[in-house]
Parts: sequence; C-alpha cells; structure tokens
Amino acid sequence: MSLDTAEARTGLPAGAGSGAFASLFKALGRGWIRDRSQIFFTILLPLMFMVLLASVFGGGDAAASRIVAVGDVAVLDGADPDDFTVTRAADLDEALAILREGDADAAVVQDGATVRIYPSATNSTSGAIAAGNLSALVDDVNVEVLSAAAPGTPVLETEVEEADGGALKPIQYLAPGILAWGVAIAGVFGAAGTIVDWKRDKLLRRLRLTPASVRTFLGAKVSVNLVVALGQTAVFLAVAALGFGLELSAWTWFAAPLVLLGTAAFLAIGVVIGGIAQTSPAAAGLSNLVTMPMAFVSGAFYPLALSPEWVQWLSYASPMRYLNEALQAVVVYGEPPTAVLPQIGFLAAFAAAVALVSWKTFKFDEL
Amino acid sequence: MDAAIEVADLRKTYRGRRTGEVRAVDGVSFRVERGEFFGILGPNGAGKTTTLEIVEGLRRPDSGTVRLLGRSPWPHSPELTRRLGVQLQASSFFEFLTAREQIETFAALYGATKARAAEMLDLVGLAEHANVRCEKLSGGQQQRLSIACALVGDPELVFLDEPTAALDPQARRNLWDLMRGISAAGRTVVLTTHYMEEAEALCDRVAIMDAGRIKAVDSPAGFIRSLDAPTRVTVAAGQLADERVKELAADEAFAVDDGTVVFETRDPRRLLTALAVDGAMDGLAVRTANLEDVFLHVTGREWRG
Repeated sequence: MSLDTAEARTGLPAGAGSGAFASLFKALGRGWIRDRSQIFFTILLPLMFMVLLASVFGGGDAAASRIVAVGDVAVLDGADPDDFTVTRAADLDEALAILREGDADAAVVQDGATVRIYPSATNSTSGAIAAGNLSALVDDVNVEVLSAAAPGTPVLETEVEEADGGALKPIQYLAPGILAWGVAIAGVFGAAGTIVDWKRDKLLRRLRLTPASVRTFLGAKVSVNLVVALGQTAVFLAVAALGFGLELSAWTWFAAPLVLLGTAAFLAIGVVIGGIAQTSPAAAGLSNLVTMPMAFVSGAFYPLALSPEWVQWLSYASPMRYLNEALQAVVVYGEPPTAVLPQIGFLAAFAAAVALVSWKTFKFDEL
Repeated sequence: MDAAIEVADLRKTYRGRRTGEVRAVDGVSFRVERGEFFGILGPNGAGKTTTLEIVEGLRRPDSGTVRLLGRSPWPHSPELTRRLGVQLQASSFFEFLTAREQIETFAALYGATKARAAEMLDLVGLAEHANVRCEKLSGGQQQRLSIACALVGDPELVFLDEPTAALDPQARRNLWDLMRGISAAGRTVVLTTHYMEEAEALCDRVAIMDAGRIKAVDSPAGFIRSLDAPTRVTVAAGQLADERVKELAADEAFAVDDGTVVFETRDPRRLLTALAVDGAMDGLAVRTANLEDVFLHVTGREWRG
C-alpha cells in the first residue's frame, strides 16, 4: 500500500502558513546559493557555452580573406584592404605550403590575363569564400575596363542586403538556444537531484511531522526554482547584451513568463528522473541522457534550419525547441507574445502531461 | 485523560519483488501513559522503525488502530503534529544550513521564536557550534541537533528512533543525559533502540520486539525480577581454599575453572558478607541478570544486537 499522500498533503496549517512558507523559502534559497555546483550548472556553464559557440560561429564572417600572392599579381592592386589581407610568396610551392598550414585561405598567381586561384583545402569553407571574393574582384576589374572602353553602356550592379536588417549576428540566434538549454538543465538536474537527496536524508518525511503541510514545502521548493530561473535568465541576457552585443527587443520582458513555463516543464521531467534514480550519479547521468540529445534536436547549439530533416522532425517533440523558438521570437525578433501562442500552448500541455505522469508513477514511500 | 499512545493490533506486510512477503509488523498492541519513558527494544529488522512510523502517522497500517494524545495520526493535522517532536533515523536537515539556521527554520514551522531555538541549541550543548554547517558537525552533534529540532516546538510527546546508533560510547552517554532531562521535564518519550543497556538505563517500561511482534512489556527491573535468575559471584583464583568454597556455596551451585570460583546464589547478601569476612574481595565480580538474559528468555534465542 502506498503512502496516503493525498491525506498528508491536506490543508495549510491554520495561522502558521505564510510564516512557514517564508522560512522554508529562505532555508531552501540559502541552500541553493551556498551550493557551488548549482551556481556552476545554472549560471556559469551556459555562459561558457555562449563564449565557446559565439567564437566558433562568430569568428571569420567579417574578417578579410587571407591571400598569398605568388610573384606580381596586378589584379590585387585595386583590392580593398578590408576584404583582402595579402602576403607574398616567392613561388607556388611556398604558397601551397602556407595553405597547407592553414595560415592562408587561398593562393593566387597572375599569368598575363589569367588569374589562377588555389583555394585552401585545409579550411575549405574559408577557401571557397576567398575564391569567390577573388572572382568578384576580377569581375570588378573587368567591368571597370569594359566601361572605360564603352562609356554609356549600362552595366548591372548588385546590392547585398542582409536578412533581418543585418542585425542577425550569430549571438542573436545562439543566445536564445543556449538560454533554453540552461533553463532545461537547471530544471531537470535540480528536480532530479533534489528528489534523490530527499530519498537519502528523509527531509520530506521529517517535515510531514511538523505542523506545516507538505504542500507548503513543495510550494517553497518550486518557488525557489522559479526565482532561480528568472535570475539565471537575467544574468544570461545581461552578459549576452553587454558582452556579446545581443540586441534586446522591447518584448524581452516576456522572456520571464516563457522561462517560468519552461522551468515548470523541465522540473516535471526532473521529478520523473528523480523517481527512477536511486543515487546522485544515477540522477545526473539520466538527466544528461535526456537534456543532451534534447539540446541537439532543439536547435540550442546549432540552427535547426541547417540540421538534417530527421532532427527537425524529432524537434517537434522537444519542449526545448518551443522555448528556444519563443525566446528567439520575443527577445531577438521583437515579436509580440501573441505570435508565440502556439509555443506557449505546447509548453503548457507538455508540462501538464509530464507532471501527470510523474504524479501517477512517483513512489512517495521512498521519500 | 487519554493515554499518550494507544496502539491496537497493528499489522503491516511489505511485498517485495525479491523478498516476497515480509510481515514487518504482526499484531502489535501497546499503551504508553503520559509522562512515561517507553522503550521499544529489539534487534535490527525486528519492526521497531516501521511500528514507530505507523504510530507517528508516516505509514498507514494494513489493519489496526493508533490513538496519539486521544486522536488519530491520519489525516495529517497541524493541531496534533504541533504537540509532537520527532527525531528520525536519517539526519533530516536542510542542506548547506548552519545549526542555528536549521533549528530556526524548524522553529518557524512550529510557530516558535528564535529565542526558543537558541535555548534548545544551548540545551543540547551546541551553542558554540551554532554557526557550523550541519554537514560539518560530528555524528553525535548531528543527533543532538536533530533532537533539538524535535524539542523546539515544546512537544508533549517525543519520538526518538535509535538516536545513539553509530555513536561512540562517550557521545552515547552524553545523549543519555539529554534524554533523561527531556523525560524529567514531564514529556512522554518513546525510544527505539537495539542497545540493552540503553533501555535498562533510561526506560520506565520496555517492549521487547522480535520478528514483528511484541514479546513482552515490563519495567527493566520487573523483567529481571520475573526472570528469577541467580546472582553470579566470581572470586579470583587463590583467594579461597577448596573446602571453604564448598562451605560458602552451602547447597547452591558453584563452578571452579582454573582456580577461579563462580558461585550462583539466590542470597548474594549472605555470600558477599562471608567473602568480606574472609577477605577474599580481590578481583571479585558480581553479575546479576540483565536485559540480555531477559531477551534470551523471552524470545528463546541469543541476543545479536
């Protein structure tokens, strides 16, 4: 027979309710602040990922192509130094050696009217970009020559406008994803770890024998987690804005209810894990098993649009995807809350479903 | 006035996947009067903790009734729990809090003041360690803090579940003094223990429990009296001549082992007086029956702690 949890949870104690809640909130909040591993996982780890991913995705996009010119390359004389950084090599072998080392993006040789381009194989992406830039440079020179020969003949010109007004630097799509992931690990690891601790130290059992109700205690515990999530979000967005140039929209404040809703969903997942795991390492392992794949199929670290199709399909089942999308919409694109109603609906439904599962499967006897 | 505790025919069976059916509590009844120091003594696995948890209201029995201070422990009622103080086997503390923060949190749950919390910390001798984190306290200090938390609400009825388990002898003696004080203050105390000498030293009455059943309930002195066992007097080798041993034994039993004489007497006063006159007191040892003998008698098997 299982514990009579419904009975154990009945009613707030007359009178002592709010005082009990406040003191429990204070005790649990103090415990959270003094637990260095919590601070690391909820605050520092997401910031570390932001630094890491911003430098992986952010580096090189605005930098000039590094060109090794072999001998005299006349076409480079008219090049904009913002687009090309030119070094010299005595012969082609030396230039190719430089390419192999990854110290340049392309080598170029001009033989009369022929400009021969050797893009880097070591770094094929920047090699291709450098080759493209060099081709464009050659075209520009050709157009100048032809226009001078036939003045009055109209020529086509291209103008490149970046999507979203050029505002979408990598940090703009990285920050919401990493924040969603940070909220997820704080919720899942936090709830799972707490429940395993309670199984060990029987704190919940002890509190059930005080005049305060278990409902008051669980309310205080969840409140601490929600406040932590808000603090985590504020710190994360502040660092992203001030340190990495994230531009915050006027709707950024709406990240608060989104994060609270997401936290509720992730806490529910953590409760299920905490119900299964018997030890702290098991809880941490299972939490990782859930949050890591979820991060990869939710576009937390890598844009979903660039992911394989099966990943995109999987992402529809992941609450992190919807939190990520909703945060991106309101924080980065400045869309109003009404635009993210579908995401809110999914998160709420997911949280309710998982909470129901954890409620039904949880063995209260173990606490 | 109602009894502090009235328990009638409690039964609780656990069904484990590997262990099969285990009758943890198998028809337990007892009654504890107000102000009594009541002990539940038994080896590990006897069902002491399960019984206590049912009485406290943490578990529902399969059958049977419990009345605590005249009312049922279920459903959870603040009016009842406010009058109870509980110390569990696991040290149930809020993580990363100091001793003072810990007891002040519990004080708030019982509606007690911070002054009361400080007073309890002082009572259990932890005033100097008020600012030490709970996880840094020694085992004995943690148990004392746990008892202080149980007392902070000024309870009428206190449950202590094996508070001295895994403590060194000195820490155990310190806790005994503390528990005597709790009882002397007029509270009803229920203690589970698997230490014979602890039950003997502290309890007004003891229930001997084994294999889910209460085998007998009596005061420690009453148990030993009813055992009606002889007193064993041991005299060291070389103190008595052989014929004197026979004289002193009179019609009672004695044994000689390598010169050491062991008398078993119903009249220790006569024997000891005679030994004093003979001046045969060096290395003298007197052993009366104790609860260990009682356990053997009551359960039919050796005590194994």
